[in-house]
Amino acid sequence: MAWRLRLAPEKTSFDFFRFQWLTFGGSMLLMVAAFVAWGVMGLNFGIDFKGGTTIRTESAQPVDVGAYRAALEGLPLGDVAITEVFDPSFGPEQNVAMVRIAALDATEAVTPETIAAVEEALRTIDPAMTFPSVESVGPKVSGELVWGSIIAVALTSAAVLAYIWMRFEWQFALGGVLALLHDVFITIGIFALFQIKFDLTIIAGLLTILGYSINDTVVVFDRLRENLQKYKTMPLRDVMNLSVNETLSRTLMTSVTTLIAVGVMMVFGGDVIRGFCFSIFMGVILGTYSSVYVAKNIVLMIGLDRSEKPKNKGTPDEFANVDA
Amino acid sequence: MQYTPMMTAPAWKKALIWALVAAGLVLSVPNLFYGRVEAHNDAALAVEAAGFATEEQQAALDLWPTWMPSGLVNLGLDLRGGAHLLAEVQVSDVYKARMDSWWPEVRDALRDVRDQVGSVRRQPTQVPYELRVQIENPAGMAAGVEAVRALSSNIVTLTGVGQTDIDVTAEGDVLIVQLSEAEREAVDLRTIQQSLEIIRTRVDQAGTREPTIQRQGADRILIQVPGIGSAAELKALIGTTAKLTFNPVVRRGTNEDRTPGAGNISLPSLDEEGVWYTVEEVPVVSGDDLTNAKGDFDQNGRPAVAFQFDARGARAFGDYTAQNIGAPFAIVLDGKVISAPVIQSHIPGGSGIITGNFTVEEANRLAVLLSAGALPASMTFLEERTIGPELGQDSIDAGRVAAVIAMAAVSVFMIASYGLFGVFAVVSLGLNMAMIFGILSAIGGTLTLPGIAGIVLIIGMAVDANVLVFERIREELKNAKSAARAIEIGYERALSAIVDANLTTLITSAVLFTMGAGPVRGFAVTLAIGIVTSVFTALFVTRQMVETWYGLRKPSTVIV
Repeated sequence: MAWRLRLAPEKTSFDFFRFQWLTFGGSMLLMVAAFVAWGVMGLNFGIDFKGGTTIRTESAQPVDVGAYRAALEGLPLGDVAITEVFDPSFGPEQNVAMVRIAALDATEAVTPETIAAVEEALRTIDPAMTFPSVESVGPKVSGELVWGSIIAVALTSAAVLAYIWMRFEWQFALGGVLALLHDVFITIGIFALFQIKFDLTIIAGLLTILGYSINDTVVVFDRLRENLQKYKTMPLRDVMNLSVNETLSRTLMTSVTTLIAVGVMMVFGGDVIRGFCFSIFMGVILGTYSSVYVAKNIVLMIGLDRSEKPKNKGTPDEFANVDA
Repeated sequence: MQYTPMMTAPAWKKALIWALVAAGLVLSVPNLFYGRVEAHNDAALAVEAAGFATEEQQAALDLWPTWMPSGLVNLGLDLRGGAHLLAEVQVSDVYKARMDSWWPEVRDALRDVRDQVGSVRRQPTQVPYELRVQIENPAGMAAGVEAVRALSSNIVTLTGVGQTDIDVTAEGDVLIVQLSEAEREAVDLRTIQQSLEIIRTRVDQAGTREPTIQRQGADRILIQVPGIGSAAELKALIGTTAKLTFNPVVRRGTNEDRTPGAGNISLPSLDEEGVWYTVEEVPVVSGDDLTNAKGDFDQNGRPAVAFQFDARGARAFGDYTAQNIGAPFAIVLDGKVISAPVIQSHIPGGSGIITGNFTVEEANRLAVLLSAGALPASMTFLEERTIGPELGQDSIDAGRVAAVIAMAAVSVFMIASYGLFGVFAVVSLGLNMAMIFGILSAIGGTLTLPGIAGIVLIIGMAVDANVLVFERIREELKNAKSAARAIEIGYERALSAIVDANLTTLITSAVLFTMGAGPVRGFAVTLAIGIVTSVFTALFVTRQMVETWYGLRKPSTVIV
């Protein structure tokens, strides 16, 4: 037999329910913690959701946040936040900072005069400073973007719920979607905890997690469905364990290849996209975990009505053709 | 175990699979020579428009053979650099103007029934599409309403026939005239369409390439212009109303005239500090009467704007100048006096120049604005973004590096895990990438920075379908079936998991596409295409490779 890299031994028979109280309970605890972090610390919303202006500055001189702040002191601006940006791809002459200015006006984005004044003030520090990007969003639009994002997450969850319900059974759909929300909310909690900028691309990241994480869950469910047919008398808990064990190698393989790709993008993809990649990275880890430890636990708790199956024998079984 | 032949796909199916792969490859090729193909495409467009090719254009045309596909992946604003604006058109501006023009008609109609309603007075109102008229004699209200209602006309809309353009109601001694809902909708639609048209003309005339100008929602316009230096520049071009009028000057002063007299208004000078002109409110001619305007120079070589009136404007302008030699008239732009020259002689031809303190760019921009026409309503800008081209290029470079490293790492990992089958999967992955770019080019899709992240994500996810199949084959091999049978069953059994898993991701990308804007939408498109191509390559292309290899080598055992 040729050598093969194995992420899981060839045949496993782990009892994934053995430490249920720790894994599932831990998950629930983490979710509560995520909500607490979210509620207490709040999210570090970007201008997409809060309105305001961000100006990216680039200078050959090292960034001195204090000097930047002092330069902008006299201007009639709202709250100003200045953060230095680091990236391994920056050269020694490349010192980047983000200047974020809170919105003042109720609807409009910003006046060109304000931006010109800010740029002029910053150029007193380094006359050669450049401004590779200037973005400005009015509070009116940002309010709508918040709603749009909430609707997007809700719609996606509903669509996935409907699809799994259609293809499997409602207990599976509920388990799958609850596992999804677990992944999304814990990721949001992490963003709150570390105060990472939360903008529109993060929402795209969260939606991607919804799509990806259900992927893993569906593969486990698919095998569970097949095994339920095969071992009609085996207790549900054991069928579940068998299914997870059988798909374990695949689950790990796929998660690892995805993590490799997203991890590489996170490191080398530049600072503009880092938050987005981070959200997907976290989502993949949580998604893998939740498809093994959360989704099926919920199905087990609700319980499946397996007694009905023999009655249906005469009619075409709903699982009969899915393998084709 | 013994070698047993495998059921193979029929020849037509094989041919179709490889033809699709080849098409994807060919369509993606232009993207490898992005700069060349872009120059070629630009030149081809210019040549088609002009009807002939200059030497320079011919050279650009020769950069890329015409028989090759020349579709490219569009680069989004975040990769190419440029400006993005989201404008809200103040449609209520137009309502107000409409109500102002209704007032004389309503007044005249009420005058006809004066013996019943008595004297009438216009009242101020907070609602822009409303006209409030107080009448002296409330007992005659019915007659007043009747008289005003007679002014209304029917309008035809998609939703309902037989609706009138105004609603007339009474509230105590106040008669209220409102634009009906159907009329307001019609006005909104017209205002937005005119604004879109004018913005498009202005942006096109400024000579930018591939601008995106779209209506969004009820009263918004999205404008994206690649390559423009800043959003402020774009705003100056499209944010100006550019209402030009020529008004007779009553007097000139150093303060705002508080008592300009009936029919007159006091306007500030554009660039002379503290100078105010009192002018007649009704203009002699206006920008609507212009047929053409272009940047020019006056006799002293200073930048100016040359203009040409249409027949009506030329006659009005000619008559006025003939009668008012020696008197000044004001050239007014958006409520400010550009200049107030004295009429030297009768100007019959209907053409002239506007001089002021212009730079060459300002003169050219004003000319563009004037010939495109005035915007029907003012705009507020809700969102504006400027992305420098260097930042975009940095993002492309970073994305490229990340994609290459991710590809290499995943390849090593797959080959280490599945040996020869891993090699097949990696080759499929390469073809998959080419097909994504091929499809993006063919449909004219836009690649954004999140889109690049989507492609990298696909590199990780695309092997999933292969992994599902390979793992399944391994299991079936353990069950001691023949190798050929194990492979067949592996593909069959893995199918439902592959389809379910990928359809859910496809649902997500559909939601992302409908809900998201700009960059996020680009991500949704690449993700969706990537899912389709990765399922295709895993189920068909990899399988073709496996079948071909199996048929050629005729192995007695298969190790996955």
